[in-house]
Amino acid sequence: MLYFSKLKITFITLISLFFILIASSNLFKFENILLKKNINLGLDLQGGSYLLLEIDNKPVINQKLQNLTITLRSYFKGKNIKLVNFKLQEDKIFFNVNENDKQKVFEIFNDEKSEINPYYPRFKSHQLEINEIDSFLVVNFSKQGLVKLKTSSQEQALEIVRRRIDEIGTNEPNILKRGNDRVLVELPGLDDPMRIKSLLGKTANLTFRFVSNNDEDTFGNEQLNYEDEEGSEFVSKRIILSGDNLLDAQPRMDSESNETVVTFTLDRVGAKRFGKATSTGIGRQLAIILDGKIISAPVIRDTIASGSGQISGGFTFQSATDLALLLRSGALPAPLNIIEERTVGPDLGQDSIDAGIIALIIGFVLVIGFIIIKYKIFGIITNIALVINLLLLVGVLTLFEATLTLPGIAGIILTVGMAVDANVLIFERIKEELKNEKNNLIAFDSGYTKSKTAILDANITTLLAAFILFFMGSGPIKGFSITLGVGIFTTLFSVYFIARLLTVLYISKNKEKEIAI
Amino acid sequence: MIAFNKYYNQFNILSVSLVVISLLFLIFKGLNFGIDFKGGTLIELRSSDSKVNVSSLRDKFNQMNLGDISVKKFGNDTDYLIKFENKDSKKNIIEDIKKDLIGSFGNNIDFRRVENVGPKVSAELLKSGIIAISVALALMLIYIWIRFEWQFSLGAICALFHDVIVTLGLFSLLGLEINLSIIAAVLTIVGYSMNDTVVIFDRVRENLRKYADIKIFELTNISINETLSRTLITSITTLLALVSIFIFGGEILKGFSLAMIFGVIFGTYSSIYIANTILVRLNVSQKTILKDEEKN
Repeated sequence: MLYFSKLKITFITLISLFFILIASSNLFKFENILLKKNINLGLDLQGGSYLLLEIDNKPVINQKLQNLTITLRSYFKGKNIKLVNFKLQEDKIFFNVNENDKQKVFEIFNDEKSEINPYYPRFKSHQLEINEIDSFLVVNFSKQGLVKLKTSSQEQALEIVRRRIDEIGTNEPNILKRGNDRVLVELPGLDDPMRIKSLLGKTANLTFRFVSNNDEDTFGNEQLNYEDEEGSEFVSKRIILSGDNLLDAQPRMDSESNETVVTFTLDRVGAKRFGKATSTGIGRQLAIILDGKIISAPVIRDTIASGSGQISGGFTFQSATDLALLLRSGALPAPLNIIEERTVGPDLGQDSIDAGIIALIIGFVLVIGFIIIKYKIFGIITNIALVINLLLLVGVLTLFEATLTLPGIAGIILTVGMAVDANVLIFERIKEELKNEKNNLIAFDSGYTKSKTAILDANITTLLAAFILFFMGSGPIKGFSITLGVGIFTTLFSVYFIARLLTVLYISKNKEKEIAI
Repeated sequence: MIAFNKYYNQFNILSVSLVVISLLFLIFKGLNFGIDFKGGTLIELRSSDSKVNVSSLRDKFNQMNLGDISVKKFGNDTDYLIKFENKDSKKNIIEDIKKDLIGSFGNNIDFRRVENVGPKVSAELLKSGIIAISVALALMLIYIWIRFEWQFSLGAICALFHDVIVTLGLFSLLGLEINLSIIAAVLTIVGYSMNDTVVIFDRVRENLRKYADIKIFELTNISINETLSRTLITSITTLLALVSIFIFGGEILKGFSLAMIFGVIFGTYSSIYIANTILVRLNVSQKTILKDEEKN
């Protein structure tokens, strides 16, 4: 255990210098690509907002099933099968069919080439399931069908969330999928997430529909409230235009009315429809509806063929800006709920960094002092290894651009405390060996050899704990597990290469002397 | 040589009673779960305004009808920590509170930290916390089973359970908050306690091979003494680091470092007085390890 070849020594020195250089790149600005790396600070240290959003898929499922009833009815009509008594309950479609046709319906649903029920060969499953409950046939999404639906609405939601956040222009947002119905948003440096929260809280489903007070509307009508909760109108269920037809939207000051408005531009299809509706509907009120609330319902005075228009509704400049932003970035497929929020202000983050660094320095000094008192010359060796260990740890974290959190700093301090363990095990063992063995070299050699299993066991157990934390933990806790886990490897390196090298150099100079540990 | 083995019985009784008392506390008093596991909202607020104090804040929050509320000082004189249930999961609650507070106390109000955990998330966090600790215990069991004979695994696991239960019991007794970082602390304690036990066991096994005629009662004592200075030095350096975090690391790390401090103390104690006494009670001898080695 005591022999080091020249090659090995060079190697150890190079590795150490490499990581120390990388660690130092956190303090200095380097131009080199490798040295440009920095440790990322977690949201709890640099300040920022962490938002976990859950997609409420219920309305999507409901809408899909509602559309499906229409499709089913007409599809089977074409096959001369009459489906009757449709009703929608608990995400299932119920209907009746003539006893003779039952078999046929089942066959169509369960056919792998079915036109109305897509088959996913990879999962050996259809999109829909059909069962017979009492006298009804019941259709609902299969497990795979639901998964597909959820992942697709998650995909869309992610895109819309990204667009909305990009529009605001915060620095380096992190937007990730979680599970199949969640989206995680991390916004570094943002200390007041109020605006983003209100922007993400809106589905932004925009429709233009006629106000229709008579019940003769063929599409039926419904009563909707105004956004300011004052008054309501009956509006037709027929949608003239929706947000999908929008090309652009901008806030503007209307020079005539001196009011803030949102101007919009429509695509070709939208412009055509808008032109037609405004020409046939002169004198009627056209309601502009956002997420089931009426923003305004102006009376149409003229045909608008240009494909652009404006929405007024007593906006402030801020609310007009936000509405335009929402319209530009598009509607969410389903409402989002914020189910977890953690926001740390930048000055608290800085305070945490300061406190963490002070704790690290003091912990470090205490441990170093104790070890020197305890082990004298070997204490100095241990401490040199400890300092290098710390630099290696920072170097590795920098190389992988790991995220440092407040618990992560605690992990580093804890590593300092526990890192001496391996050296203590070795030195205590050598002490015992020296009692029976007069030859320093043999005593040191067997000290290293005999302590090996204990050191290995001790570190593997801590590593196991770190692994579990890494896979189970979230955010800050993950940061702790990373420093703890990486700390074990750097500790073993510093103990077995650096401290051992120094020890070897010392005893080979003092072969004959009596060595006290 | 210190005669640790003279007190095996007394300390076993102490350990068993500590575990029983802790369990009683855990069952009847329960743990003080933070919002991570209970759901709710937390606001860390700073204001140097003289009108702002614990009771004026409490009055203000009580008026807002938010369910269970706790207001306390946090660290220094200008910082407060407010926690409430947010039982109706009202939207935009933070903005409303901010407006309300600025309305009554003026602009000198800074929300330094806001955390809001919905009921679904908190249930999931609790579940994954429990799973994490269980998996950690199971993995340790498997690891030590591979490395040692079953008698040793039993001893190590008893020591682990003791440390985790008594640490949690102490948190229950003192009413300290259990949050995500406490789970991290408990897992680290599991690692540390195991680490400590394994080092002594390693020595016990070595000595079992060496001395065929020394009874396990004596042998554990020899092993404990031989590894004692290491046990103490490592515990001391770890505690030095932890105390430094506890005192200087800021309010947020207080609970974490305190749990770790308890855990390190219990872990050191249990390696000596629980893990080893199990070996004694199971009457481990040289045959135990030789039989196993023949099989392999």
